[in-house]
Amino acid sequence: MTTTTPTIAPAQVEEPTGPPKSAAAAAHSTLTSRIGSGVALAIAVLWTIPTFGLLVSSFRPEGEVKTNGWWNAFANPSFTLDNYKAVITGSDVDLATYFVNSFVITIPSVLIPISLATLAAYAFAWMDFKGRHALFVAVFALQIVPIQVTMIPLLKLYVQPPLGLPQLAGANAVGGGFWTVWLSHSIFALPLAIYLMHNFMREVPRELIESARVDGAGHVQIFTRIMLPLLTPAIAAFGIFQFLWVWNDLLVALVFAGGNLDVSPLTVRLAALAGQRGEDWHLLSAGAFVSLIVPLIVFLAGQRYFVRGLLAGSVKG
Amino acid sequence: MRATRRSRGLAAFAGLTTAAVVLSACGGGDGDGASAGGTSPGEGKAECEGLTSFGDLSGKSVSVYTSIIAPEDKAQKASYKLFEDCTGASIKYEGSSEFEAQLNVRVQGGNAPDIAYIPQPGLLKTLVQDTGQVVEAPEGVGKNVDEFWGEDWKAYGSVDDKFYAAPLGANVKSFVWYSPKMFEENGWEVPTTWDEMMTLSEDMAAQDVKPWCAGIESGDATGWVTTDWLEDSMLREVGPDVYDQWVNHEIPFDDPQVESALKRVGEILKNDDMVNGGIGDVKSIATTAFQEAGLPILKGDCGLHRQASFYAAQWPEGTDVSENGDVFAFYLPTVSEEFGQPVLGGGEFVAAFADRPEVQAFQTYLSTDTWANEKAKATPGGGWVSANTGLDIANLSSPIDKLSAETFQDPEAVFRFDGSDQMPGAVGADSFWKQMTAWITGQDDATTLENIEKSWPSS
Amino acid sequence: MSTPEKLLNLVFAVLLFFGVMGAILLLTQRLRSRNGERVQIAAFVGPSLLLVAVGLLYPAVTTIIQSFKNRALTEFVGLENYRAIFTDDSQLQVLRNTAIWVILTPVLATAIGLVYAVLIDKARFERFAKTLLFLPMAISLVGASIIWKFVYDYKATEQDQLGILNAILKSLGVDTYRFLLTEPWNTLFLIVIFIWVQAGFAMTLLSASIKAIPDEINEAARLDGASSLKMFRFITIPSIRPALIVVLTTISIATLKVFDIVRTSTGGNFGTSVLANEFYTQSFRAFQQGLGAALGTLIFVLVLPIVVYNIRQMRKLESR
Repeated sequence: MTTTTPTIAPAQVEEPTGPPKSAAAAAHSTLTSRIGSGVALAIAVLWTIPTFGLLVSSFRPEGEVKTNGWWNAFANPSFTLDNYKAVITGSDVDLATYFVNSFVITIPSVLIPISLATLAAYAFAWMDFKGRHALFVAVFALQIVPIQVTMIPLLKLYVQPPLGLPQLAGANAVGGGFWTVWLSHSIFALPLAIYLMHNFMREVPRELIESARVDGAGHVQIFTRIMLPLLTPAIAAFGIFQFLWVWNDLLVALVFAGGNLDVSPLTVRLAALAGQRGEDWHLLSAGAFVSLIVPLIVFLAGQRYFVRGLLAGSVKG
Repeated sequence: MRATRRSRGLAAFAGLTTAAVVLSACGGGDGDGASAGGTSPGEGKAECEGLTSFGDLSGKSVSVYTSIIAPEDKAQKASYKLFEDCTGASIKYEGSSEFEAQLNVRVQGGNAPDIAYIPQPGLLKTLVQDTGQVVEAPEGVGKNVDEFWGEDWKAYGSVDDKFYAAPLGANVKSFVWYSPKMFEENGWEVPTTWDEMMTLSEDMAAQDVKPWCAGIESGDATGWVTTDWLEDSMLREVGPDVYDQWVNHEIPFDDPQVESALKRVGEILKNDDMVNGGIGDVKSIATTAFQEAGLPILKGDCGLHRQASFYAAQWPEGTDVSENGDVFAFYLPTVSEEFGQPVLGGGEFVAAFADRPEVQAFQTYLSTDTWANEKAKATPGGGWVSANTGLDIANLSSPIDKLSAETFQDPEAVFRFDGSDQMPGAVGADSFWKQMTAWITGQDDATTLENIEKSWPSS
Repeated sequence: MSTPEKLLNLVFAVLLFFGVMGAILLLTQRLRSRNGERVQIAAFVGPSLLLVAVGLLYPAVTTIIQSFKNRALTEFVGLENYRAIFTDDSQLQVLRNTAIWVILTPVLATAIGLVYAVLIDKARFERFAKTLLFLPMAISLVGASIIWKFVYDYKATEQDQLGILNAILKSLGVDTYRFLLTEPWNTLFLIVIFIWVQAGFAMTLLSASIKAIPDEINEAARLDGASSLKMFRFITIPSIRPALIVVLTTISIATLKVFDIVRTSTGGNFGTSVLANEFYTQSFRAFQQGLGAALGTLIFVLVLPIVVYNIRQMRKLESR
């Protein structure tokens, strides 16, 4: 993410005028770096232990999982792949089908809001029009609306759309119910996406935009040739988060794809794994890891976009 | 206000399913209220006898929305096969763990399923009164219910004297789980009166076995287990009639009779000598998942666990659930002979949101003894039972299901539906659970009941 | 629908969307007049505004109106629902809990994410280290609910423990502790879960922001002999200040809306309920729709301070 403010930063550089580097200072900095590493390690361990417990549990037999703690698995090892087998083959619908559905739901639900939000954020940040501040604040504030509030009104609109638009949900839905899910995810993502993108765009130095305008570039050119390249890390970061929010979403799928069984995402299958009365939570642990793989790959793949100094580099010249 | 709301809802619904209304206008009117006409695909097949009167439903489909999810949905789907084969209709089954809230959203959003299996009469009532979209049951269903179920069951599926929903599955809640092997080793006998049960509990305690184990944690429904305890105690102490008055708020929730029933529960659940075997003290009940609460029995840490018949599914794979096995259940004994043998139970009701012929046909099929026996045969692993008296107990495979069915069909039995499931949502799915949870963690009897009484909605 | 059909649907939707967007950009590109720019602005913000207005504003307004109605939304009852909330002790506790959540979660999650991001910056295992903190974000809620069961589970001291914290206490010879039951600390233990989830979000954004600090600035400070702590205080923090505000704001808003952690862990019992959980319970389980709407409206109201703070920050930025 490129959010530096080069105009502020140089002013701050003057402040830390410490003593010249001495042996004592070097020792001190080694010490702080040791403490630093220790703290980082502590955080990493604390953050990982709970998940690690789940990972171990997912390989333990049902009786063991339910009667003693997961750390006992190391003292008396008894591991099994049964939980994974049950998750992968235990349903009358192929697990692959749920994966496909999750992908089909997620990809447009990431691409659409990001594109719309980048355009809108650009307008709010760099185009001059009456009421743009008020509008931006209103959009930003709408982040607070919880999905639960929107369920019934939105569903009504989808089932009985005004102006003779085609029915998007219900028995005669076009596109088998995917459209409502895409649309809903896009709506819910927009306020945050616009807010984030707007803040990143405001960081782009005014001189850069102005010199482009002097050169005769219009808004579309500035948007596509300056903003998009500069914002790649920001877009990638938001894209990753939006991806995993959609991937892990259960509520939107339940409400807006409701009644269309063949579009259900993986989370619907996961929720059902718990069993009729929540008795099968040993299966849930395995299910959680099956579902985790894809977001993890997306995160690892997306990391290379967070490279340093894209924006900083552009102001240098 | 309510009337205009209802008619608007109906109009909207009619707009959605114009074709269906036309269809049902053709099909309705005859005795069964559910024939589409035409020649049924099952005509002439022996197994389809009784199903051919629905007519030809080829190409039609019925959507079913339920709270019954994997793995128990498999047997449900299998039991529809006969109907699908004989009528040509197809059933689209959808189970969800978020059923209650989602059903409400879908109905209000205009995307109601054709049929929903509603586990709470209170929810059925709310849906009928608040949305007006539940369709009255066709005549054929009413006839079947009169034939195969007691009047009490029919009443639970009715709202304002109109009959909407026939019962589907059922479960017995008045069960105490125990280990027959452990009982035999210690020379303990299954108690037949409440007093015997308390004496047995004391014997166990004397032998250093914590008599009872309990757990009421159930996510956002935490506390429901204690409400069942209180209801069972009510039925035994003051009888079914007072119980009904209490459920329908004809006597206050904090009536002295209720308080004495709660005190009886407290003698077990809030007594550190009685609970909580293999887990901890009284307070540990509040944070122990109900799914795990009975498991200490297997390790011999606990002697008794009061929980419904469906707890059979909680025992880990390989546990022998039978009369002489690792675990089994006995009927929670009565306090006195005065009220017969009260049985507390639960179950689902088949509510319809459409009146197309295929929907009515399916609704009717589910209320027959044919379906009940099909379902029993489709559930070889056990874990399902119905209060349908046409159900042949021999078709049930697991010992605990047989015991449940016998309990239902026992002429001495006086059945009552889970009270919290009948109360308004604000009580039955909120304050009752929450206050009983607070009660376990230390709140006294009077305050608990008083707080629930205060939360009873005025309208 | 078969898999190829679904994929076809996907490709079609994406192509359609980008086709339309591309057309808008191409068509408005040539417009230079004042009117042309108006068209351009409309094309840039129009689609977003339309979606947000229909999908969020309209339901929000509906909710506010419903908050003045009765249980089944059939009659107006004035301020009755709000009176009920503000005179009920348990609801007041809900408001208090919500305040604790909104104050603690954003600050702690951001602080931990920031410290971690700084410490692992340019470290050898940076990618791996980041993945560890990010992991909780990627796990679905159903998974997370069991994860924390294995942490907080309570059994009496003499029993076998399922929860690791109590297992540790037991091995230290201390009595086991009811993490989810003991008021008021149980709220803090629930907050820990959300911090665990959100720290990864903070870390990812802040780390990217730190990487954007121009090298010269860091170099200059280092030549001046600034210590790590001073670098952090005088270079890092001021440079990423806008990103910090974004992260704090986003987590605050997410915290106001969080209900599933409370719902799955305690069901709102033992004095741990928060507004969003009460809103869900009243609206969808207790069928008290008017009261539910009033609780929802209170969530909207609570976001106002955050909005005002952001507006002031924006003004500052504008005027610089």
